[in-house]
Amino acid sequence: MHINLTLVIQMAVFAVLIWFTMKFVWPMILGPMQERERRIAQGLAAANKGEEELKQARDGAEAILREARERAGVIVDQAQRSANEILEQARSAATQEGQRLVAAAQQQIELDAARAKEQLRQQVGALAVAAASKLLEREIDAGAHEALLNEFAAQL
Amino acid sequence: MAAAPSQIGGYILEHLTFLTNKPQTTLVNFTVIDYDTVFFSVLLAVLFAGSFYMVARRAAAGTDRVPRGFQSFVEMIVEWVDSQVKDVYHGTNRLIAPLALTIFCWVYLFNFMDLVPVDLLPDIAKSVGLAHLKVVPSTDLNGVFGLSLTVFVLMIFYSIKVKGPLGFLAELTLHPFSSKNKLVQALFVPVNFLLESVTLIARPVSLALRLFGNIFAGEMIFVLLALLTLVHSWAALASLSGWALMLLQAVLTFAWGVFHLLIITIQAFIFMVLTIVYLAMAHEHH
Repeated sequence: MHINLTLVIQMAVFAVLIWFTMKFVWPMILGPMQERERRIAQGLAAANKGEEELKQARDGAEAILREARERAGVIVDQAQRSANEILEQARSAATQEGQRLVAAAQQQIELDAARAKEQLRQQVGALAVAAASKLLEREIDAGAHEALLNEFAAQL
Repeated sequence: MAAAPSQIGGYILEHLTFLTNKPQTTLVNFTVIDYDTVFFSVLLAVLFAGSFYMVARRAAAGTDRVPRGFQSFVEMIVEWVDSQVKDVYHGTNRLIAPLALTIFCWVYLFNFMDLVPVDLLPDIAKSVGLAHLKVVPSTDLNGVFGLSLTVFVLMIFYSIKVKGPLGFLAELTLHPFSSKNKLVQALFVPVNFLLESVTLIARPVSLALRLFGNIFAGEMIFVLLALLTLVHSWAALASLSGWALMLLQAVLTFAWGVFHLLIITIQAFIFMVLTIVYLAMAHEHH
């Protein structure tokens, strides 16, 4: 139990130690720590923000995809409809064409038949004239009896 | 088998004697110096300052690096001290936190010397010709008062700096008793001054003696436990009772050491917290 010079030395050493800690230790440890803390906080905030943005982007992409899908559906529908239309048109056009062709063929047939009839009539006329001339064994004046022959031919 | 009383007394006295330049006979003598206290104080100061400075330099070198190992440990202590200071003191004084860190670490290291086996370093010292060696600076009144008086000086300094000399004087004389009547107030002044000075002076004294008492008592327990096998020395190994005593000493020393680990931490913590509180009070206006 005694007090001596050690006390003074102890106080001096303590004072120097406080000064040293205050000058070289405390700010150089706490400063970087706070700086690091700030950076970690920033990093976390950035990560949160990135996540949020990613979510938004994903939502946006989904919306775009949904819209594209819808539009594709609409386009397919339209295509189907127009294909049906075209098919229908083609069908009706073909039908009409067919009908036209049938009608033309019929007309042709009628025409041919009429022509054949005419030819036949003329040939029958000529045949009749020949037959008659043979029958009469004399020459019929073709010019004088043409009207008569034609009348006869028309009656065939 | 009991040790001779004089042998026991001599052993204990040996552990109470400092390594001084000359024997001290009076309570106060400023020509005497405790070499051991000074040596271990400075050694531990260098240990603390050096290791923390290394970490500080590494920390300041780059904030990109992930702290690990000792750096994490130091940062943990620094942050903990910082939060302790911020709990009590909300001002801008940049001395208080480093002061608190210094006190906690230094006092802790002082106290930790108590856990070095009591005879280890004194025996080594004896082998190189030093008669005595006290390794725990906080069991030296000079060691603990050196801390508390420095804190006391800082308390007074900041009280006067913050409140002005008159404000500090008013704080000492106008509390706790005050009156609107000037005459009564004048009568209260000496009473207040007496009470307040006792309060003020009690702070460094209690700060120092609390630490000193706890660590001194802890060291004394270790010394007393060492007495169990003091007289037997190596001869104890020859008998069963000697083995039993040695085992008992080992178990008790270990148990006390574990408990003391708690005490030295708490004492360092209390010293630090009270210092923060006292300095925070020095900054407060009434």
